[in-house]
Amino acid sequence: MTGFRLDKGGLIDRKAPLYFTFDGRAFTGFAGDTLASALISNDVHLMGRSFKYHRPRGVISAGSSEPNALVELREGARKEANTRATMIELHDGLVAKSQNHWPSLEFDIGALNSLASAMFVAGFYYKTFMWPKSFWEKIYEPIIRKAAGLGNASKEADPDKYEKAYAHCDLLVVGSGPAGLIAALMAARSGARIILADESSTLGGSLLNENEEIGGMSGHAWAIGVIGELGSKSNVTLMPRTTIFGWYDDNIFGAVERVNDHVLEPSPYEPRQRYWRIMAKRAVMATGAEERPIVFGGNDVPGVMTAGALRTYANRYAAAAGKSVVVFTNNNSGYRTARDMNAHGVHVEVIIDSRKEPNVDAGGVPVIRGGAIVNVRGGKRVSGVELADHRMIPCDAVAMSGGWSPIVNLMCHRGAKPKWDERIAGFVPPDVGDRFVAAGSAAGRMLLSECLADGARAGTLKGKTPAIPKCRDEAFAVTPLWWVKESTGKAFVDYQNDSTAKDLPLAAQEGYRDIELAKRYTTAGMATDQGKLGNVNAIAILAEATGRTMDQVGTTTFRPYYTPVSFGAIAGPFVGHHFQPVRKTPLHDWADELGAVFVETGLWMRSSWFPQAGEDWLASASREVLATRERVGLCDVSTLGKIDVQGKDAAEFLNRLYCNTFSTLDVGKARYGLMLREDGIVFDDGTTSRLAADHFLMTTTTANAARVMSHMEFCHQAHWPELDVQYVSVTEQWAQMAIAGPKARATLQKIVDKVTLDDTGFPYLAAKEISILGGMTARLFRISFSGEHAYELAVPADYGNLVARSIMQAGEEFGITPYGIEALSIMRIEKGHVAGGELNGTTTAGDLGLGKMMSSKKDYIGRMMAAREGLTDKNRQCVVGIRPFDAADKIRAGSHILKKEDAPSMAADQGYISSVAWSPMLNMWLGLALLSNGRERHGEVVKIFDGVRKIHMFGVICDPMQYDRENKKLHA
Amino acid sequence: MLIKCPHCGTRPVEEFTFNGDASIQRPTSNDPATMDQWFDYVYLRDNPKGRFDEYAHHSSGCRAWLVVTRDTQTHEIFNVVTARDYAKKRVAS
Repeated sequence: MTGFRLDKGGLIDRKAPLYFTFDGRAFTGFAGDTLASALISNDVHLMGRSFKYHRPRGVISAGSSEPNALVELREGARKEANTRATMIELHDGLVAKSQNHWPSLEFDIGALNSLASAMFVAGFYYKTFMWPKSFWEKIYEPIIRKAAGLGNASKEADPDKYEKAYAHCDLLVVGSGPAGLIAALMAARSGARIILADESSTLGGSLLNENEEIGGMSGHAWAIGVIGELGSKSNVTLMPRTTIFGWYDDNIFGAVERVNDHVLEPSPYEPRQRYWRIMAKRAVMATGAEERPIVFGGNDVPGVMTAGALRTYANRYAAAAGKSVVVFTNNNSGYRTARDMNAHGVHVEVIIDSRKEPNVDAGGVPVIRGGAIVNVRGGKRVSGVELADHRMIPCDAVAMSGGWSPIVNLMCHRGAKPKWDERIAGFVPPDVGDRFVAAGSAAGRMLLSECLADGARAGTLKGKTPAIPKCRDEAFAVTPLWWVKESTGKAFVDYQNDSTAKDLPLAAQEGYRDIELAKRYTTAGMATDQGKLGNVNAIAILAEATGRTMDQVGTTTFRPYYTPVSFGAIAGPFVGHHFQPVRKTPLHDWADELGAVFVETGLWMRSSWFPQAGEDWLASASREVLATRERVGLCDVSTLGKIDVQGKDAAEFLNRLYCNTFSTLDVGKARYGLMLREDGIVFDDGTTSRLAADHFLMTTTTANAARVMSHMEFCHQAHWPELDVQYVSVTEQWAQMAIAGPKARATLQKIVDKVTLDDTGFPYLAAKEISILGGMTARLFRISFSGEHAYELAVPADYGNLVARSIMQAGEEFGITPYGIEALSIMRIEKGHVAGGELNGTTTAGDLGLGKMMSSKKDYIGRMMAAREGLTDKNRQCVVGIRPFDAADKIRAGSHILKKEDAPSMAADQGYISSVAWSPMLNMWLGLALLSNGRERHGEVVKIFDGVRKIHMFGVICDPMQYDRENKKLHA
Repeated sequence: MLIKCPHCGTRPVEEFTFNGDASIQRPTSNDPATMDQWFDYVYLRDNPKGRFDEYAHHSSGCRAWLVVTRDTQTHEIFNVVTARDYAKKRVAS
């Protein structure tokens, strides 16, 4: 043995040395090593500091359950915190750092917490930092936050790519140990589509770690043969480095494949990780079993690890965790470690077996029967153990085995609870039906022959189960020992969260007897490892403290993810620009050319204003309003929802959807419609036109376009399937623009074919299919949102930009100006038209001043509920206009309205301002407000209170329509 | 969860939007005396454990409204029909 690297054996490639650094020190390992095994072979055991007491910690396990050896991997933008050294495949140039210490791993000030540990018992934070109350925000919280957490995340953007992927299979096998391999093999030979996934870099599971014999050869050689056969079949997909992290409804499994975590930098064409959804007809859980620590004094000193981990480091990685080993076990498997280490030439001092009369081959190692370790000597490295009978045994490594827990997590993800099995002293998986079965040690089978037989059975999808190869079994027996109560040192249950054995009886004593409460009170099982090693010990200690059985205490809830999954993998490619689609209107290019500033509304980019040199948004929007009201303006309104409704019963359908009537609408005319929700509140509004007796074109608000479509589909299919009607969204098929202002008619007349745009040929609310520009199909509507003489022109989407430019050209002689939705909004407020601020999910048709639209001659959605007393009360808040009393004041949306003599209070509240705008026509701020009994209060002087800015002012209530109240311009 | 749409076949649950209990029916009368029925229809919902008929809109698929019969405890799906057929069958029975 050279240092701590064994001279021979192991699955490492000694011809491929790899160079890496840990905490800035350079080390060498070999291909096939993990970071943990490479550090152990370099005699580095101190790998981190614990969470609460900052105790020195080393590696405990050799797998994904590792609670202690968490490191910051890589640097800069690729830095990843809390990665388990036991799962990091060593590669050239790897850089890792230990965590949770200051100023250094060797000397950590935070370890002083350990001296005060009598204070830091479970519930310490809850009890201590409550009082005085004023201290919480300024003093306690910042200090606790600074002390909390383990590693530090990189603050730079992740430069790597992540993918999402989907797969279907006849059989998913989770885990590639003996049971998983033989299950996959049997199923593969039958031709079924198989996925075999394993979280490790190499398939083989425990066969890589143990000295087994199968079919007359080493277990490892047998595994290579099986993997070779599986790999040669086209119906088999092998997925190493893939963690199946969750089981979901309908046998769907979630998985994360670490495609490139084992290289310094992924190639530019490959993702770092892939996030899989696997739809499996059937699945086998062959996830194996986890060895438990024993809870005894100093069971966290670097150099103490599970017996299985100690022999895995020797067998698989040729790394000796010490030169003189003590084994502490309550079951037969600890003896394996003694024999294997002996075979590797590592001295095993003694086996301490807590059982009085074990009968196991110790391979010549002395055995202390009925013994127990009460304390481990050493700070940053084991130097010896003290026994209950005061004996002191020097050693530099302790292998502990507290028995085995089947890894039942996946099968419990949908609510089923595992059951306690006295025979193996472990929780075994529940029966969840034949689509997902457990096999091997995951099912509580502790003999190799049982695992193989179990796996073969699970993998036989049809016919008789073939014979399994012969193998060598080792008898298994366990007598639980959970906690050495005579312990003199701190005995840890949950390493990562520093929960000790004494915390659990304390929790029970304080009333937290339920395991879910005890978990939260002691934080046992709440760390990033989710208690993979410690939970069963915690349950047992709580059971003992409360005089209950293991089944009575039960487990906490198992939830995905089995191991931590990065946000990158969850987000997949949907980051940055790809986070959500961008919807551009057909007139986007036209508006962009004219320098429009766009605003996001939902997914849409809408032209908001068209600034000229030196203008801010208000100057630009004001100029656009003036130009439109004085001459003519052009606005993109393509985002309005457009739904084409056709069929014999189209008019009847609209009658039932809208509160007003559409069956009486003449062909060639448009009508404003108001839709209610079934509870009587206003849902949406818009103009709907009748293009033929059985053909309507509905428009909706931009925001509700999709909701209205779903609502129509629901009403038709679920309520009135007898109606002969068809409807389809044509929002994206048509570019639509408003042409408004005194010169709108003259401008449009220049581009329309044949039609004369006078009040007889095209009167107010006319809606007709026409042709423009010498033959292009278009739809023209004489409707107005601005209050001007106005039209909306719809053309096929692809012609949008062309037509907009043509209109600009035609209107040039009249001084046409493009206007955006800011100007649109100003004009609608000047005219008192309601929009989003008023159609806000709380207002009725009556509140909006549209009560007369509600028909009493037909049924429609919302009719009955709208008639309720509370929705027709005269004191309801309804829409009014509002102006500042002093025309120089600025009113703001959201301000509350009070009687002019009242002080602000909830009781005195009369309503609030829902929309405001600077009116360039009236040269002052105007608003719409929702005011209690508002229609009766026009002319009243009220107090306006802006509670955010603490501003009081007076205002005057008026009619919502504040500009051109006679609608002269509309009908001009 | 996977839902077998009668038009599109087996599709993942994310393609669907849900709208609650399908077994309740919209009243047809506008007589004020029926207000209690309307109130029940608009506001009152049972929260059954076990078999449940639920509206599901295949909003990212064929846009059909479906009625999915599911066990609310186990999420086992027993049956999927179109809301149209469900409504017609209700009228017939």
